[in-house]
Amino acid sequence: MSAGPGVVPALPAVEEIKARIEAAVPGAQVTVIPNGSPSGQHSLVLDCAHARAAAEFLRDDPGLRLDFCSLVTGVDWLDTETSEKIKVKKKVAGPDGVEQEQEVEEVRKTKTPGYLEAVYHLFSMEKKHGPVVVRLRTANRAEGTHVPSLTPVWRSAEFQEREAFDLYGIVFDGHPDLRRILMWDGFVDFPMRKDYVPPADDILETGVAGAEVNP
Amino acid sequence: MTGATENLAEMEQVAGPGEILEVSMGPHHPSTHGVFRMDVRLEGEKVVRLKPVFGYLHRNHEKIAEKGAYLAAIPYTDRLDYLCSMTNNWGYVLAVEKLAGIAVPERAEYLRVIVAELTRFQNHAGLTGFLLQDMGASGTPLMYAFREREKILDLFESLSGARMMCNYMRFGGLRVDATPAWLEEVRQLVGRLPRFVDEFEALLRGNEILMARTQGTGVLSRELAINAGVTGPMLRATGVNYDVRKVDHYGIYDRFSFKVPLGDHGDVYDRYMMRILEMRETVKILEQALRDVPGGPVMDPKVRLRGLRPKVGEAYGRIESPKGELGFFLISDGTGNPYRYRVRPPSMINLTVLEDMCLGQNVADVVVTLGSVDIVLGEVDR
Repeated sequence: MSAGPGVVPALPAVEEIKARIEAAVPGAQVTVIPNGSPSGQHSLVLDCAHARAAAEFLRDDPGLRLDFCSLVTGVDWLDTETSEKIKVKKKVAGPDGVEQEQEVEEVRKTKTPGYLEAVYHLFSMEKKHGPVVVRLRTANRAEGTHVPSLTPVWRSAEFQEREAFDLYGIVFDGHPDLRRILMWDGFVDFPMRKDYVPPADDILETGVAGAEVNP
Repeated sequence: MTGATENLAEMEQVAGPGEILEVSMGPHHPSTHGVFRMDVRLEGEKVVRLKPVFGYLHRNHEKIAEKGAYLAAIPYTDRLDYLCSMTNNWGYVLAVEKLAGIAVPERAEYLRVIVAELTRFQNHAGLTGFLLQDMGASGTPLMYAFREREKILDLFESLSGARMMCNYMRFGGLRVDATPAWLEEVRQLVGRLPRFVDEFEALLRGNEILMARTQGTGVLSRELAINAGVTGPMLRATGVNYDVRKVDHYGIYDRFSFKVPLGDHGDVYDRYMMRILEMRETVKILEQALRDVPGGPVMDPKVRLRGLRPKVGEAYGRIESPKGELGFFLISDGTGNPYRYRVRPPSMINLTVLEDMCLGQNVADVVVTLGSVDIVLGEVDR
């Protein structure tokens, strides 16, 4: 049987990396997201205001030297709605017309706004360790889909951030050339989002060639 | 996909009115190896701006994979880099194995190494042939390379049923076992491969045109290569010793003795030599793997192929594909299909520095530089 996922001893634990970032970048808030999979690749959420400085620290710190940003991608987390049944006291008109206080079951719904996430997998070519997984989160999925671009820190993010912009609609502030990369310029939606509905442009359904393809 | 972002007027102020020529190289051009376009601005023959434009083969591979079961994505990975389906399979199953904590039987590990190294060999041989074709060596080197590639593809066909779309690996092992006769055929072929490399090199080494076209062309600096995430032979041509087989020791690569060839100048010639030298190292790995391959099963019978539901979590698995670091990032939400499935396509990320390598060069050298990157559009566009 082969060895499991390689554990590189040179790489400090995520909690320690978190502490080091917070010590080096004043005001930075880093959250550790544990990973339940056997891969054991836990990740760090950086706050958008300090992400650039934290990324530069990760790249340049002599103990970490994460000079190689391998993978950049988007993830879409939908708005979630949790409903719970609660009992409330209400005044209800009884059968004889007189108001009575009664316990009624009601369903209370709580909405948690979803967000888009940019995930960066960092390695070190110098120290040959990794990955350190870094995540940036947008405020919501509608207007506030901005995160800072890390392309000025790692050039390898240039095309991949463009792809996350193209397919997820994450706007990377500070990206030198943020344009669509795989879809064409006139395309309006973000096809990798979980609630994306493909256009009804099937010629067999509509009977019209080219309908809705190029509005 | 399109878009000229920089101001043409500003460029003309420097070069003189009417001196800047805009050329759209591709999408249908033999040197682009598929449908790929470069928006090039030229001053005389000199390249002053180059923007790669791609997406013509985009089919949203990632969305397709997210809608299917974990097993269903394997045949789609064949179509990423359609010259190297075996290594694509391996990258994906490795990520699933990390995600779900699946172990692989010994014999399967050896067979994986054998098919992956055969894939590397035929990819490098084919690429070198294509690169020389781009330089005007019409046909001959390419046909020499394809003669050998064809023998490897025949072996893949007798093993998996398909020459190129092999769909051979599964998480937890392999789809079918190799017969002793197949292994014997591979042994005989591997015994002949060094002579092919000798012949191929003798055909080309010292060729004046080859030297003139490749040495000093498309130079990439070490610092930029690391910062831009360039991987594979293109990175090692700049002298950076980074090979995922050596760094991660995925599979059983720690059991083989082989060297990682390194370049020095980071030009097209070094990239070409990386492929030749890697072919020789690949033969060494194949000889050791064929010598040591044990008996036993090739599939862990406890693995649920069809109904795999990994625990909530995520994993990033990567391998050294012939083109660079091929990675797969998976997020499981506990259901039967991946919540997020992402491919790290090495040839797309290696294109990030295409403009940097081409600026200031003649337009004819763009073709050679692009040829030395080794792209396959099925993977770039996904």
